[in-house]
Amino acid sequence: MAATPGAILRVHLRADGLRAGQTPHPDPDGFPGGRALAVLETLPFAALPATHPDAPFCLFGGPLSGVAAPLCGRAVAAALSPLTDTFFDAQIGGRAAFELAKSGLTGLVLTGRAAVPSGLHIEDGQARLVPCPAAPELTATRLATHLAQGSPHPGALVCVGPAAWSGSPLAGLVYGPVAGVTRGGLGLVLAAKNIAYLAIRGTGRVPVADPAGFSSARADIMRLVAASPALAGAHGIGRFGTAALLDLTDARSMTPTANFQKTRFAAHKSVNAPALSRLFAPRRVGCRACHLRCGRVAGDGRPLPELDALSHFTALLENPCPHTALAANALCLDLGLDPVSTASALACRAEITGRSPDAPALPSLIADMAHGRGPGRETACGPAAFAARSGRPGAAMAVKGLPLPAFDPRGGYGLALSFAVSTRGGCHLRALAIGHELLRKPVATDRFDFAGKARIIVQSENALAAMDSLVACPWLALAASLEELAAAVSAVTGRPATPAGLARAGARTVYAERLINARRAAGPAPDDLPPRFFADPGTPGEDFAVPPLDRTAFLAARAAYYRIRGLSPQGLPLPETAGELGLPWTA
Amino acid sequence: MDRLIARYAEKLVRAGLCAPGDAALCARDDAFFTHPADPAHPGVRFATALAESLGSGAAILLRPSPPYRAAAAHFARAALSGADGPAAVFPRDCETRTFFHDLPVLPVPGWPPTDPRSVSLAAAALSRRKGVLFADGSMAAPGPMILEQAFVTVSSMCFAVAVAFFSDYLAGQRLGAITPDMARTMDTVLAGLPGLPPLPDTAPALAAGPFADAASARRAMARAGRLTVESGLVDSAFGNVSALVDGILLISQTGAALDELEGRIDACPLDDSSCAALTASSEFTAHARIVSETPARVVLHGHPKFSVILSMDCDAENCPERRQCHTSCRACRFVCGTPVVPGEVGCGPRGLARTLPPALHRHTAAMVLGHGVFTVDDTDFNRAFAAMLELEKTCRDEVLERVKKS
Repeated sequence: MAATPGAILRVHLRADGLRAGQTPHPDPDGFPGGRALAVLETLPFAALPATHPDAPFCLFGGPLSGVAAPLCGRAVAAALSPLTDTFFDAQIGGRAAFELAKSGLTGLVLTGRAAVPSGLHIEDGQARLVPCPAAPELTATRLATHLAQGSPHPGALVCVGPAAWSGSPLAGLVYGPVAGVTRGGLGLVLAAKNIAYLAIRGTGRVPVADPAGFSSARADIMRLVAASPALAGAHGIGRFGTAALLDLTDARSMTPTANFQKTRFAAHKSVNAPALSRLFAPRRVGCRACHLRCGRVAGDGRPLPELDALSHFTALLENPCPHTALAANALCLDLGLDPVSTASALACRAEITGRSPDAPALPSLIADMAHGRGPGRETACGPAAFAARSGRPGAAMAVKGLPLPAFDPRGGYGLALSFAVSTRGGCHLRALAIGHELLRKPVATDRFDFAGKARIIVQSENALAAMDSLVACPWLALAASLEELAAAVSAVTGRPATPAGLARAGARTVYAERLINARRAAGPAPDDLPPRFFADPGTPGEDFAVPPLDRTAFLAARAAYYRIRGLSPQGLPLPETAGELGLPWTA
Repeated sequence: MDRLIARYAEKLVRAGLCAPGDAALCARDDAFFTHPADPAHPGVRFATALAESLGSGAAILLRPSPPYRAAAAHFARAALSGADGPAAVFPRDCETRTFFHDLPVLPVPGWPPTDPRSVSLAAAALSRRKGVLFADGSMAAPGPMILEQAFVTVSSMCFAVAVAFFSDYLAGQRLGAITPDMARTMDTVLAGLPGLPPLPDTAPALAAGPFADAASARRAMARAGRLTVESGLVDSAFGNVSALVDGILLISQTGAALDELEGRIDACPLDDSSCAALTASSEFTAHARIVSETPARVVLHGHPKFSVILSMDCDAENCPERRQCHTSCRACRFVCGTPVVPGEVGCGPRGLARTLPPALHRHTAAMVLGHGVFTVDDTDFNRAFAAMLELEKTCRDEVLERVKKS
């Protein structure tokens, strides 16, 4: 017997409080949850400014939330982005997805604006607004302490920090158990609604339609994870966290160094994952329902940086000191700044001014960015805006305004294409091309060749979008496929799910994101890479060269991607493709 | 893409897997590219329809060389004659057991694929398996992402049916159970063997060690790997190779073709100071333990057919480990003077990372049952390569001698 999917809690904030109500899940097969559902909710408001009160802020779990599906304990937060001017979704760890599911909810849609900075409490599906006028002055740590008042909140806490209140588009959402910060300016969106935090708690049980079938599907996923060297191997993410990949990017000459002017960092061995393990003897932490537990916390309680933050606070800034990197990352998390974008903005500034930040100066630079003080105010707008204002747009290593992560695209042509066409800007998790181009799974592809990459990127984007809609951690794609996840969805929901059906839901999601981006007032940002990658070579490897990307080959691959995706030659959505995917079309 | 397809078509011929013109390949990005280029070619029509049906990026339809085709057709006949439902072949070699489970058999000819049900039958079988056999011994495989996946699958299927056929024949000889069909098939197989790439008479000279630096070791590894493939000592161009230089194990990457190692060698410190082994060969732990626990400084691993056949050839009767000998065999076995050990891929409790190093303490070569051969040396690849070549030649002669006795 099919289980009833969780409802959607709709909260509209007003000067006199809030208006809340629940509506049924609109389309559990077509838009299962997470990213897909957030796209569906955002589509009618695609033309609004990101911080407009009527622009929705979404927080969704999915059909696998709240049950013990391996690596499926995350939620998705999404909104129109003030940084990228696109639809922007981000997975958040911790227990938000579990608490939503235990509240009988698939998720939350938030609109309007509260009269004063407030917290939004959701307990078993009921919303309550709690004024918190002191919030703009509080760091994430102090806010949590302020709320705890002697005992920690028993549910999930998602909050913003001072960076959001100062108006930085680098401001993210801070989530636990060990603080992580989302990208894309989602913190600024929440602050624009005068919401300082979301406190979510549920006490119900999450139904599973077919427990035996779920147990079997779960065992299959666990077996595949155990067999994945990248996840569960002796040098994998399960042992070292995502920082394990730093040695790999060095070996492949793909470590962004000195603001992507070089691609190898000579001091990488002093800051790699084994070095951090020796220095900080971290303990493992992770999301609910994840046995890999890829988070790491030092003895003093500070989280160790994940790969992108670690790489950017060391190699990108040419900083060989792991202590400085750990401190900078921890400060960003406390101030609600996306550490990856923060480091990228500082590296961009260093290139333009010709002055790299001294290690001792990093904390004050970061604090100035978060509080909008002095020169930090300009840097806090992000590298794209900063470089444009400085008359050096080519120094911004970003796509659609989103600073690139810790992988140089000259070292992986599928990765390069995926950065360019990603609907939320330069992100390696949209198509996870590093799976086949770096980690050589499920099969190694020639990382220096565009041949066949357009189709692979389309297929991978669809699969990853489907996983974002269930909600499954993208790293799970290194072990399991939609085949195993479809079996789990069928067992939990009691409705038949197939890999092809999930992939189609993923394709629908990506296309809907293209529809939203095309309706932005300024028009869609170009699917392109910074010119540096077409002009300058990377640092050679031990026995291979890293040439600049061939512009003609890149454009041909992008054109192939457009054709396979059913877009116009300019990359714009077409009514016939939208119709085939069951998406509404307005010119 | 045309270049890529032509390269794989040429690799199939060079490996002796098929004659020129006996394979149809397709791969696509936003449009199909095929070999042969003629879209009306029956094999091309089948391959593109199969890829389209499965949503795959590539596909290969192969009419194998006579020895492989004869063995495959033999198994297909046996499977189809005894099957109430879907027919399949169950080879026992390591590759098939680990990655393919079984090989489905379709009751229609594959070359040319004249039956109108060919695509739908193949697509249905390939929705749960990596490759299929046709009744006439031809075979097909999709590449879900890229053509290399299809190439690896058809290559491994050829290896699997050849090893399985010789293994069954040797066992049948001992039991006096050679059927007329087996005998006829063996005649065809033996007649076709001279058409496959021959083993070299002598081992060519390789770079002399000890290696002065990592760069020279990498070059030596690439050369040794290429020779291993060219000499037919490995299927699918897989296998792995390593060299220890200054405490760093240089090792081929997982999934790297042994004849294309340039840029595909990982430098892995053995002092736990790096995660570089994340993409190293899945046999990294075995290589690391060999160079740590024995005097060996280089390791070469291949899958020579006749060595694998003899590693699985056992005359023990009523053995309690009969179905589990690849992991549980406790006998102290030698083939042509070379120790044979059980062990699964990887470093699990029954992994070859545990069984192999002790066997290489006093031997230059060791066989992993049903899997392949590891050879070592304390200086360079000359003796390691020569040991593998000599072992395979000896095993080949031994197998053919025994076959001819019947």
